[in-house]
Amino acid sequence: MADEKEQQKPEESAVEQEEPKETPEDNTEEQASAEAQDKAPEESAAEEPPVETVEEKSEEEPKKKPVFPVKFILGRKLGMGSVYDVDGNVIPVTYIEAGPCYVTQIKDTDKDGYNSVQIAFGSKRKKHINKPLFGHLKKAGIESAKHLKEVRVNDTADIELGQEVKVDIFSTGDMVNITGTSKGLGFQGTVRRHGFAGGPKTHGQSDRLRAPGSIGQSSDPSRVFKGIRMPGRMGNDTVTTKNLKVVAIDEENNCLVVKGAVPGKRNSFVKVAVSNRTQAQA
Amino acid sequence: MDIIRQTESKFMKAEVPEFKPGDTVKVHVKIKEGDKERIQIFQGTVIQRKGGGINETFTVRKISAGVGVERIFPLHSPTVVKIETIRQGRVRRGKLFYLRGLRGKSARIDEKKYDATQSRQVKEAKK
Repeated sequence: MADEKEQQKPEESAVEQEEPKETPEDNTEEQASAEAQDKAPEESAAEEPPVETVEEKSEEEPKKKPVFPVKFILGRKLGMGSVYDVDGNVIPVTYIEAGPCYVTQIKDTDKDGYNSVQIAFGSKRKKHINKPLFGHLKKAGIESAKHLKEVRVNDTADIELGQEVKVDIFSTGDMVNITGTSKGLGFQGTVRRHGFAGGPKTHGQSDRLRAPGSIGQSSDPSRVFKGIRMPGRMGNDTVTTKNLKVVAIDEENNCLVVKGAVPGKRNSFVKVAVSNRTQAQA
Repeated sequence: MDIIRQTESKFMKAEVPEFKPGDTVKVHVKIKEGDKERIQIFQGTVIQRKGGGINETFTVRKISAGVGVERIFPLHSPTVVKIETIRQGRVRRGKLFYLRGLRGKSARIDEKKYDATQSRQVKEAKK
């Protein structure tokens, strides 16, 4: 991802962004790539630049508005619907309430051995927030959070605690990977669970229609090999659907509209991360 | 659900002309032939409106060369460029499927002479 972006973006970003940095980075490559990532969402969101300049002025000169370096957000699956494209084709879409998330923890190489950011999404009632969590969130200046997730970043220099992460980090046309927990389907047979064909319906068959068939040999191994696909609990797994196209972004409602289906039930928690394919394009 | 509705509304047409089942309409449809685009007009009676939000559709029926033809249009599709109401019909139900069994004179729809909403507006204006 980073490498690809690097080739294009640094020139642009150099103009605006390569102001004096507080943190001297020994790894310039990383820095450049992080900046390239920083740049991407800004370009896409037309409304962002003016906001940024205002913030810039309010703060000290060399400091810029904290930018979230990766396209990663937490959200909630709202449901599916359809949308027309320019030619009148119907596109099946999933609506995701993505963000706003808040940065609750920043991990860096010196302290934690690696660079990452923890972001929070959603809210819980006060009585469900225990003291350790309360204290943790207090540092970031937020009151409640339901989900906390960490994401690796190259450079943590531009991130601030309590910083808001919104849908506008994504742009229309991005390819995203969405991770969620699939619907729990209970105990299912091999036909549904593994796509077995089942047995014949006619020609003197009885009770064979959805049977799994043979599960192995005879007295030679005298056992069933490990890994044979059998009936069992299905669903309720962590599933990632890759390369879903971002059809639209509704910043007002914090809504991400993505082409295709997303794992999980309505209102279930999902993670949205940019896919390798977008990174390759950029 | 609410967020879906709100987001969805951004994909919908800002203004959709008012028309009801029983009305005679001209629907201007964008048609693509190879790389050429042209507008085709389909004129007929609206026999139903169905669905809500961005998924709303309407069905137009006409008799073409003695054969009944029905077309279902997605109301918010960009291919439906324009909808003109030519004549307002007076009907007593929302779905006019009974027209399918009728031909000629009996398949006619009376023209609406009294428009309730319009007269209400007039009354209010008078007040």
